[in-house]
Amino acid sequence: MVTGNDLAKANDLTPTEEHEIERGILLTSLEVAKAWARSNSLWPLGFGLACCAIEMMEAGASHYDLDRFGIIFRASPRQSDVMIVAGTVTKKMAPVVTRLYEQMSEPKWVIAMGACAISGGPYINSYSVVKGVDKLIPVDVYVPGCPATPASLIHGLNLLQEKIRHEAKYGKRVPIDHD
Amino acid sequence: MTDENVPSYNQPLLDSYVELINTKISEKTIVESYINEDNFHLPTLIVDPKEWLALANLLRDDEEFAFNYLMNLSGVDYIEYMEVIYHLYSYKRNQYLAVKVKTERDGGSLPSVIDVWRAADWQEREAYDLLGINFTGREITRILMPDDWVGHPLRKDYVFPEEEV
Amino acid sequence: MPLRTEEMLLNIGPHHPSTHGVFRVVVKVDGERITGAKSVLGYLHRGTEKICEDLNYTQIIPYSDRLDYLAGMLNNYAVVHSVETLMGIEVPERAEYLRIISMEFSRICSHLVWWGTFVLDLGATTPFVWAFRDREIIMQLLNELSGARMTFNYMRVGGVKWDAPEGWLAKIAEFIPEMRKKLKDYHTLVTNNEIFVKRIEGIGVYDAEKAIDYGITGPNLRGCGMDADLRKLQSYSAYDRFDFEVAVGKDGTIKDRYNVRMKEIETSLNIIEQAVKNIPEGEIMCNVPKLIRPKEGEVYTRLESSKGELGVHLVSKGKDKPYRIHFRRPSFINLQILEELLIGKTVADIPPILGAIDIVVGEVDG
Repeated sequence: MVTGNDLAKANDLTPTEEHEIERGILLTSLEVAKAWARSNSLWPLGFGLACCAIEMMEAGASHYDLDRFGIIFRASPRQSDVMIVAGTVTKKMAPVVTRLYEQMSEPKWVIAMGACAISGGPYINSYSVVKGVDKLIPVDVYVPGCPATPASLIHGLNLLQEKIRHEAKYGKRVPIDHD
Repeated sequence: MTDENVPSYNQPLLDSYVELINTKISEKTIVESYINEDNFHLPTLIVDPKEWLALANLLRDDEEFAFNYLMNLSGVDYIEYMEVIYHLYSYKRNQYLAVKVKTERDGGSLPSVIDVWRAADWQEREAYDLLGINFTGREITRILMPDDWVGHPLRKDYVFPEEEV
Repeated sequence: MPLRTEEMLLNIGPHHPSTHGVFRVVVKVDGERITGAKSVLGYLHRGTEKICEDLNYTQIIPYSDRLDYLAGMLNNYAVVHSVETLMGIEVPERAEYLRIISMEFSRICSHLVWWGTFVLDLGATTPFVWAFRDREIIMQLLNELSGARMTFNYMRVGGVKWDAPEGWLAKIAEFIPEMRKKLKDYHTLVTNNEIFVKRIEGIGVYDAEKAIDYGITGPNLRGCGMDADLRKLQSYSAYDRFDFEVAVGKDGTIKDRYNVRMKEIETSLNIIEQAVKNIPEGEIMCNVPKLIRPKEGEVYTRLESSKGELGVHLVSKGKDKPYRIHFRRPSFINLQILEELLIGKTVADIPPILGAIDIVVGEVDG
């Protein structure tokens, strides 16, 4: 929210902010508000393929309730923000994954859940498995495990929420201070 | 664990099968017959592929056999030849039987038995898809691999494709 | 004036909320009536059989878990049983009892997921949450036993890997009466619900002869009136020491198969109760060499999985890796009848017919 403090700083730019403005990115605090709203109501397209899908369903059920984070599973890509790829992606399924990703509307994110979606997992030596879904679509958060427990998935979703809020504040890049 | 000199308790059963098949179809049908002692003394026949369809019909329809349930159809690649093994069971008589049919490795084909046991349909397609064994008498298409896949993955000499996703 | 109508090809899947995984059906519809159907599989074919040819027998066990991932212990047993048959090993009593307890728990888990998703496809959301709530308790119990919630990797050739932790058997004894109470709730909510009964009436019917011809096994066959349960017919493991009834249906309708599966949950609870009462003390693993090397030979062994007959055809050339291992997967074979069952029905009948067959795509594609 725009406060008196921000206006005072407007004429007194820090080096970081000057650098950001030079790059052509000027972020208003409306972005921060939008990001807060988006991150607290992520609607996933549950792309459950294999065993991790069952753990994803378990995360949506009553013990590890996902509804308390505002997460409701949607069936259609047009109505969802994040695609949780849970399970092994085979070469036969690859065109379907990319088509669904393209059908989702901006802004969109992808979570790769489970070892198979991250890198092929236990099936890395197989003839018909794509070695990680990031060969097809850009991935934002990787949730390891085989299968990834619901608690890990919730941690991954929380990280994604933080990432969305962080990106809105500092631009679409990994924070410069981190080493 | 198995005593080589003592004949299996299923040997008389196997002998009666061989006798029946020799009389009802022909002497040339059975190439070899033995008891698989590891597998609960399972009577096993090795059959000539040309007579296989006639034998399959006999095994299902004849009262002495009544093998109405095809449990399993597996293809195996034994480098010099390909083999398909059929595991059969008779609900009425509570008896088992295994039938093996051999064929050439490249371009070999076997008669399809989908008219005898419908259960063979998808399992034959799987054997064709993964091993390249052709089945005559039916239209055969791939089932597990994409339709434009080249090669049969479960063969021993299969070369993995280049990584282009 | 007659309207010109055309048949349309409707593609259902592979990504669809009600196909229980990545499975595609292409149906030809004339209005709402289906005139032809074709199933397309293979979207989850991971090449397990080829991978297993490069691994030794103990390393195959985790891969077997991922075939029918809803009932991991049953798949573990399939692999271990075939190797033990080939080697002629006898497993100690305590290990057999632990195996049976875990297998029956897996069967209950699988049927609970089936029940929850079957009724979810028809529009009811509460049973889904109930089923997963109860399944979570079982998964936590099995987690204490084997270290994993779903892909257990618990059994080994010659026995089981870990013994029951302290207090585990007492926890199970507490869980069973509670589960029975919850089953009563399930029946009250769904089983005689008018909407449910009307929705599944008159579709997906087949008789025992057609089922045997198609190679169908498990609850799908028992719903037609055939009393064929491998735990009784070909008593493997220690099942001959237990006293249980086999659930059999009557006419081969969806309601019959539903009743059979619900009855099977109760039967499994009975078996677990008996096992917990009678489990002997003793070894959990017999004397097997570190590197499993069966003799040269070939076996086909089978067991009653939650979906049907799960068979393993193992060809060994005397090495520590199998020459060929083939899984006879019940979901793959049971699914074949779908194309025939859909003809003449409406598009709204596809979820119940497919749900009543009870497939797991990890097993269909292997």
